[in-house]
Amino acid sequence: MTWETVIGLEIHSQLRTKSKIFSGASTAFGSKANTQACAVDLGFPGVLPVLNEEVVKMALRFGLSVDAAINKHSIFARKNYFYPDLPKGYQISQFEIPIVGQGSIEITLESGDNKTVGITRAHLEEDAGKSIHDLYDDYTAIDLNRAGTPLLEIVSEPDMSSAKEAVAYAKKIHALVQYIEICDGNMQEGSFRCDANVSVRKQGEELGTRSELKNINSFKFLEKAINIEVERQIDILEEGGSVVQETRLYDSIKNETRSMRSKEEANDYRYFPDPDLLPVVISDELLEEIKKELPELPTEKKIRFIDSLGLSSYDAEVLTSQKEMADYFENIIKQGADAKLSANWVMGDLSAALNKSQLEIVDSPISSGELFLLISRITDNTISGKIAKDVFKLMWDGKGTADEIIEKQGLKQMTDSSAIESIIDDVIENNPGQVQQFKDGNSKLLGFFIGQVMKASKGKANPKQVNEILNEKLS
Amino acid sequence: MHNLTVAKIIKGLKNKDFSSFELTQHYLDRIKNSDLNAFISITEDEALSQAKEADKKITKGDSSILTGMPYAHKDIFCTKGVKTSAGSKMLDSFISPYDATVTKKLNNENMVMLGKTNMDEFAMGSSNENSYFGPVQNPWDINKVPGGSSGGSAAAVAARLSPFATGTDTGGSIRQPASLCGITGLKPTYGRISRYGMIAYASSLDQAGPMTQTVEDAAIILNAMAGFDKHDSTSANKSVPDYTQCLENSINGLKIGLPKEYFSEGLDSGVEKIVMQSIKEYESMGAEIKEISLPNSVHAIPAYYIVAPCECSSNLSRFDGVRYGYRCKAPKDLNDLYLRSRSEGFGEEVKRRIMIGAYALSAGYYDAYYLKAQKVRQLISEDFKKAFNKVDVIMGPVSPTVAFDLGSVKDPVSMYLADIYTLSVNLAGLPGMSIPAGFSGNLPVGLQLIGNHWSEELLLNVAHQFQMRTDWHNNSPAEK
Repeated sequence: MTWETVIGLEIHSQLRTKSKIFSGASTAFGSKANTQACAVDLGFPGVLPVLNEEVVKMALRFGLSVDAAINKHSIFARKNYFYPDLPKGYQISQFEIPIVGQGSIEITLESGDNKTVGITRAHLEEDAGKSIHDLYDDYTAIDLNRAGTPLLEIVSEPDMSSAKEAVAYAKKIHALVQYIEICDGNMQEGSFRCDANVSVRKQGEELGTRSELKNINSFKFLEKAINIEVERQIDILEEGGSVVQETRLYDSIKNETRSMRSKEEANDYRYFPDPDLLPVVISDELLEEIKKELPELPTEKKIRFIDSLGLSSYDAEVLTSQKEMADYFENIIKQGADAKLSANWVMGDLSAALNKSQLEIVDSPISSGELFLLISRITDNTISGKIAKDVFKLMWDGKGTADEIIEKQGLKQMTDSSAIESIIDDVIENNPGQVQQFKDGNSKLLGFFIGQVMKASKGKANPKQVNEILNEKLS
Repeated sequence: MHNLTVAKIIKGLKNKDFSSFELTQHYLDRIKNSDLNAFISITEDEALSQAKEADKKITKGDSSILTGMPYAHKDIFCTKGVKTSAGSKMLDSFISPYDATVTKKLNNENMVMLGKTNMDEFAMGSSNENSYFGPVQNPWDINKVPGGSSGGSAAAVAARLSPFATGTDTGGSIRQPASLCGITGLKPTYGRISRYGMIAYASSLDQAGPMTQTVEDAAIILNAMAGFDKHDSTSANKSVPDYTQCLENSINGLKIGLPKEYFSEGLDSGVEKIVMQSIKEYESMGAEIKEISLPNSVHAIPAYYIVAPCECSSNLSRFDGVRYGYRCKAPKDLNDLYLRSRSEGFGEEVKRRIMIGAYALSAGYYDAYYLKAQKVRQLISEDFKKAFNKVDVIMGPVSPTVAFDLGSVKDPVSMYLADIYTLSVNLAGLPGMSIPAGFSGNLPVGLQLIGNHWSEELLLNVAHQFQMRTDWHNNSPAEK
């Protein structure tokens, strides 16, 4: 029996404003507990919320970059429930009319095909504080620094049919919110959080009962959590059981999901329009202004990389998947480096080295300018591509710039034909047997001769010249 | 000295007839000797030092007209460093860490806060009997209620314990106690005065205002209280005129509307007589009287008692025993903490309204209650809109009866009926006033004046002209 998986994501993206959504308190992360919460955030008697305009602009940036319908008249509602880290006893959110309506985004699948994922809505809301259960034996500690931090909750349509697709979508949104500079994307600090709605059904049938997976703080866990949940649901259904609609917590240590609360236990949030806040009215002028301010979006950038730089669709996709990587790459080619060669270096040696050291590209020990210099030394024939790899390693280890290393280690490519010829003559003389075999028709031996020449020149001989001269002498 | 109006005190302070310190001491002595229970807190030390400070400023010539003016502040306004209880056990221990915008504005004038006045718990009530700190007595008859929820403020001004007091009005809480205690009370247009720091009962209805002896005083105090506040998104970004400027305008030709629904069954005949006498007075001043209809006003009570409880059920969620205020002893777990802190910390009426509101907002009931009530609210607003196309001011009774006996109204619904003539004004966000219009028996009766949005100047003018022709506002209850 074939099962089809249906996934929708709810992404909470923390907006990178200086102050909170409804108060002037700072949103800085990592401060001493309860030092970044003012009377408004603490829900003192008599305080009132005042909407931070910056938050509205950020939501509009997002809306415009996913071609969404913008609700020019949206309202804030109160979502009522009791929890110690929710100071007012309600969360101010948008319910009936969110600021961002229906939109869509294109993702690239592993096969290289594109798929459009629908975005149902994106709404503004305030974050709650944090309950810390393991600090004291008999008490739960409350830190309200995060209370009132602005969030944009981005809700997708149930358009994804595998964990991999869900990850591709999440990464795309992750890249986008950083491109448009509304979110720092830091998943460890909780600036970008994903909840996944997962269900399975037999092909062609109605949607199955879904569960909502929470507590997922990396793309790796997103994939794992969905896969393990899909397995769990299929097992239940194949044994004749039925899936219960519930919220499940993903445990990354045990790699399992477990029930948090069922639909029956779910709160009745008693939503109603917040009488303390006026409707958010968006003027055409504001919308135009924000449209003008929007930077080049990942999809636009990708198309430009393909069309005007001649990159492959795959390369363009990888390079634009992260704003910082695209910026790094563009810095190199802006200085005049060959686009394809630069793409190979960024996606190849540099990415590999970054991965190995678990570094982000912005923290790369080799700057884009330094990598540009290295790449230029390949194109101007100072060194070969192979030598360049060694130079790169030394640069990574802080042994100096490309030129300093080439100079110090004497790695400059040998381009003097007579010098190369004399090495080749030696190699031919020392290997008469192989020469005879080659002349008898074993053309594969050319590689052997090239290897010997390169070895004798310590890799410095220009490979193109070696090839030409060898062919000449052996024929 | 205690019969002086705000206007006269301004002159007296300016002429150095008395100092703010003397004045303050005098009122503090009267408050301490009063048995009305009008105050929850008397802030003697702070008041005397504020008065000294004010006197210094007056001497230096560095003062505004209200510098050194004593006042009583309803205990719903947050006052930094001073207990702010909202009449509730829940906040009996609450010392506010910040000042409400209204408090700040009065402080900026170097006014002198004598204390915080008693009130129905969280402003929910029409008799002041819902206060955790005990009921307030009506200074005209100590066996009667002063009205509510600003009962302490009304009693304090009527008994001359303070030149004026602040009040808040969600469904009549300034106008009804003003009427029952024979003083002047003004509820401005919604959004005229900042709600920041005013403990919320029903956010879309709450509005602060002055409670004074005279209309002139109300105009002077409104000048000090009104204005846009960036901390309150619902406050109007509208300039504040000098409300004392238009008081003397002639009202010849003024069109006064009498809603027939306000003179129907349930209105006490003694009250009706006084109201009609007042209307005659206006007629003699050249006003034209027209009967009008506000057909949806009959739905004001049910609409209000859905909207206000819905909002309060959410507004009062923050009182959970976690961060401040009352916390039950030795909670077993989180649920127990919530359950007992709120059960023990809130009074009966507050709990009743929270439950009504939570119910009406529940899934499956929202449309039938909250949404329907909002639609009715719209209809009530439209009634007024139509009426104001025909008339300039609407007049009628404030309350169907004079002050009733303490403890006499036991059924909550009967108590809600006391608000029948005042609720519509809040639902429509309009300004309304109560001015002393006479006595029924030994008890004062107020006349209600309702204006169109932002017509405070006209309303004050019309009310002031009445006080120029009558003496009711100068009456004060006999001293024991």
